[in-house]
Amino acid sequence: MTTRQKLVVIGNGMAGARLVEDVLALDCDRFEVVMFGDEPYGNYNRILLSNVLNGTQDPKEIFLNPLAWYEENNVTLHAGKKVTRIDREQRVVYADGVEQPYDVLVLATGSKPFVPPVPGTTLHGVFVFRTLDDCRNIADYAKGKSNAVVIGGGLLGLEAAKGLMTHDLASVTVVEMAPWLMSVQLDEAGGKVLGQTIEKLGLKALTKTSTAEIQGHTHVTGVKFADGSTVPADIVVISAGIRPNIDLAKECGLACERAIVVDDQMRTSDGHVFGVGECVQHRGMVYGLVAPLWEQTKVLAEVLTGTAPEKVYTGSKIATKLKVMGVELASMGRIGDLKDTDEVVQYSEPARQVYWKAIVRDGKLSAACLLGDLGPADNLMELFKNDAPVPERRLEIFFTAGSAKKDVSLADLPDSHQICDCNGVSKGTICTAIKAGKCTVPSVGKATRAGTGCGSCKGLVKGLIEAVAGAVKADPSEGWYVPAVPMDKPTLVAEVRKRGLKSVSEVFRELGTGVDEKSKMGLASLLKSLWNDEYVDERDARYVNDRVHANIQKDGTFSVIPRMYGGVTSADDLIKIGVVAKKYDVPMVKVTGGQRIDLLGVKKDDLPKMWADLGMPSGYAYTKALRTVKTCVGSEFCRYGTNDSTALGIALEKRYQGFEFPAKVKLGVSGCPRNCAEATVKDVGVIATEGGEWEVSVGGAAGASVRKTDVLCRVKTQAEALTVIGRFLIYYRDNAKWLERTYDFVPRVGLDTIKRVILENATGLWEYFDREVEATIAAYRDPWLERERPVYAGQFEDAKTVALPMLS
Amino acid sequence: MQTLALKSPGRNARAARVRLCDLDELPVGLGRAFVVAGRTVAVFRTRDGNVFATANACPHKAGPLADGMLVGHQVVCPMHAFRFTADSGECDQPNVCAVTTYLVEVEGTAVFLTLPAA
Ligand SMILES: Cc1cc2nc3c(=O)[nH]c(=O)nc-3n(C[C@H](O)[C@H](O)[C@H](O)COP(=O)(O)OP(=O)(O)OC[C@H]3O[C@@H](n4cnc5c(N)ncnc54)[C@H](O)[C@@H]3O)c2cc1C
Ligand code: SF4
Ligand code: FES
Repeated sequence: MTTRQKLVVIGNGMAGARLVEDVLALDCDRFEVVMFGDEPYGNYNRILLSNVLNGTQDPKEIFLNPLAWYEENNVTLHAGKKVTRIDREQRVVYADGVEQPYDVLVLATGSKPFVPPVPGTTLHGVFVFRTLDDCRNIADYAKGKSNAVVIGGGLLGLEAAKGLMTHDLASVTVVEMAPWLMSVQLDEAGGKVLGQTIEKLGLKALTKTSTAEIQGHTHVTGVKFADGSTVPADIVVISAGIRPNIDLAKECGLACERAIVVDDQMRTSDGHVFGVGECVQHRGMVYGLVAPLWEQTKVLAEVLTGTAPEKVYTGSKIATKLKVMGVELASMGRIGDLKDTDEVVQYSEPARQVYWKAIVRDGKLSAACLLGDLGPADNLMELFKNDAPVPERRLEIFFTAGSAKKDVSLADLPDSHQICDCNGVSKGTICTAIKAGKCTVPSVGKATRAGTGCGSCKGLVKGLIEAVAGAVKADPSEGWYVPAVPMDKPTLVAEVRKRGLKSVSEVFRELGTGVDEKSKMGLASLLKSLWNDEYVDERDARYVNDRVHANIQKDGTFSVIPRMYGGVTSADDLIKIGVVAKKYDVPMVKVTGGQRIDLLGVKKDDLPKMWADLGMPSGYAYTKALRTVKTCVGSEFCRYGTNDSTALGIALEKRYQGFEFPAKVKLGVSGCPRNCAEATVKDVGVIATEGGEWEVSVGGAAGASVRKTDVLCRVKTQAEALTVIGRFLIYYRDNAKWLERTYDFVPRVGLDTIKRVILENATGLWEYFDREVEATIAAYRDPWLERERPVYAGQFEDAKTVALPMLS
Repeated sequence: MQTLALKSPGRNARAARVRLCDLDELPVGLGRAFVVAGRTVAVFRTRDGNVFATANACPHKAGPLADGMLVGHQVVCPMHAFRFTADSGECDQPNVCAVTTYLVEVEGTAVFLTLPAA
């Protein structure tokens, strides 16, 4: 078709490729599209490079459009070709052997990292952080190195630093010229809080420090600062800001200031040439984030295809979140631009390293930063994006409308509400995709791009799937108990009972669609709870910890934990533990968070001997079972204690030791509401009340997730507490999905349901629960007694040495 | 009798074949570690009656593969759950190299391992 106009795009990055997609989506016949990209790849998601560097994503996963996409869409891509000249008179661009005429030209050349003019930046081991190749080179070079220095303490520098930390370096130091980190997004107080958070993660930060020289002969060996001090470095990553790529535009005479100047329709000073992305300056602004460029490409595509020729782009509001794990940070607007008339609303909670600040201008939110806890972030983002008036009581900016309302409001949000800020995807678009059968977060991402940017909206996408697909079509595998057997738990239990399947391999043979190790472990746990004594225990369905009854450590050694019921031990036992630790040369003796003594670094062969020498029962530190019952001192010794928490803790641990569950279970008992045993963050927590009763609560956790328990009931005696807790434990064991902790189980099933079952006997299962408790206790065999008689050959052997035959 | 082709053609050393153990010293569905001529080898016996052998150190972070779980003819490393295929040693994760595999044969009740020339 010779009538088609030629659209040429220089730059195959986030903006260039997105523009072409937007153009094709509106009108796929209008243009013959030719793209030039300096990098030898299709198009990838640059903002996920931090994940590639820290190893959580494979380079393959971040490609947005692989090379095949260009072919399928009839887009000619010159990958790995840099455009070196534009002839605006003739309307031709030139790149290494290619001469390409155009009717419409779009510049999307992005920016390049700014490298400060200090000596030594060309040494081996000095990198910038911008492209996939940079990432790969950094990761390769970091192998076996010990000290890294990142120059620049902005958003990107911190992501680079966190990424480097995953490469087993001894130290990673961030150097920042400004008095605090992320000085663009944060004020001084926020910067301080961030500095503390970063240091907790193991990073060092040197602020108010400017780099004078990168030292080394051929390879970098250190960094010298303006004050003359130095730090050793075997790898340096420079992240000192970016500069728009405008050389090409300047050379051909387009108007440029800080970047290529464009009007509200992204047009440069030449009516045939347009620009989008980081290389352009619009109404004085140059953006360094993706959200604005999505807005730009959308407008430009409508203008170019004639779909909405009058459409204008009026600028973007910028907001970002820091992606690196362990740092909760959101920022919107420019916190530093303060006018005399601005109101500043601030909240800080130093103990939790929480710091929130909002700037209100003319009754609207003009900027904000949130650190440590992003509870109100969505709410603030709404106010900020929509220029909505902030609440009269300024306090409500942070408080009322925050997290508590969030769950409910997801359903009530209008369809136009933006869920994915990186990609500008609205709730309506996502819901349409879900209704069309996209019922997993990745499949919604594929269809709409939601969640494929920085990923911080994935939770909301999941929420929408649950809300919408509940009524439409859910991904069936989500309800399966284990992945390799396509049945939910009740169906599986019924089948297993009906067919009398007593071993894992029988279940796989009769009901399975495949095998994987996680399914093996899940089924083993289920069958054991269903059949107790009759269960056929196949050792290959157990993870190594459950085969050798000890927890495998990173060097292949194991750990031994003598059981200490309720955290109580005796002088004799302590002596014995000490003697055994010495005899077996135990490299580390450690008190654990669960009030026990851990003997770490034990060789497999030594395990049975140590158990025998200790002559105490051992404790579970590995299996999906009851782990510990943490107690406080209680009324025995504590001057505040109102009841004997230690005694109840011991009774609970003795009764429920050896019970296996879908996930680990931890208990806690405190002797008064001061709660020294932290019982409100346990799977089951018990707290003695002033009146001498016990308050039982369930569903708490203080691990990767933190959740406070929900109060189940109050009971008067220790015996009642034991009964109620036993019923709850069996109910949880029978109804939770594999690996579902109580902190997910309790809210999923609902506290009201649990109360009806456990307290009111609504399902008539009390007797069953109590019987199950007794049966499980009766079926318990001390696994550590296998030390006397290993169950299979080599169970407690490190490696058997075989002599070589004589060579003939 | 079978021997493996020599890996380094320049050297004229011989592959060594050793009797490892009796078949019933290998637990069904599991692995077991042996030290032979200074190398630690993990030998597995699958539920369907096959026996195979790999180096005992996972190429990722040296996890003891003999302590791993078997899934069909793959072993799952106990450390970070990367999987390696029994015969080729190939890993299911990108950028992790294959684990060395060794020839094992069962003759009657005896298990033999062939180590390539050092
Ligand atoms: C590690 C990292 C993490 C980031 N994280 C975030 C984040 O979480 N959130 C966020 O919003 N933003 C983030 N950003 C910023 C975001 O990636 C950029 O704003 C965005 O990529 C800009 O898009 P662009 O198309 O303008 O430029 P680019 O994506 O850089 O694309 C420009 C392309 O043009 C090519 N090019 C340049 N000149 C020529 C030429 N003469 N001939 C041919 N090709 C040429 C370049 O090779 C490049 O591929 C991050 C950036 C990095 C580097
Ligand atoms: S929780 Fe109460 S009883 Fe227990 S140690 Fe603390 S103050 Fe004492
Ligand atoms: S050491 Fe084997 S998977 Fe990590």
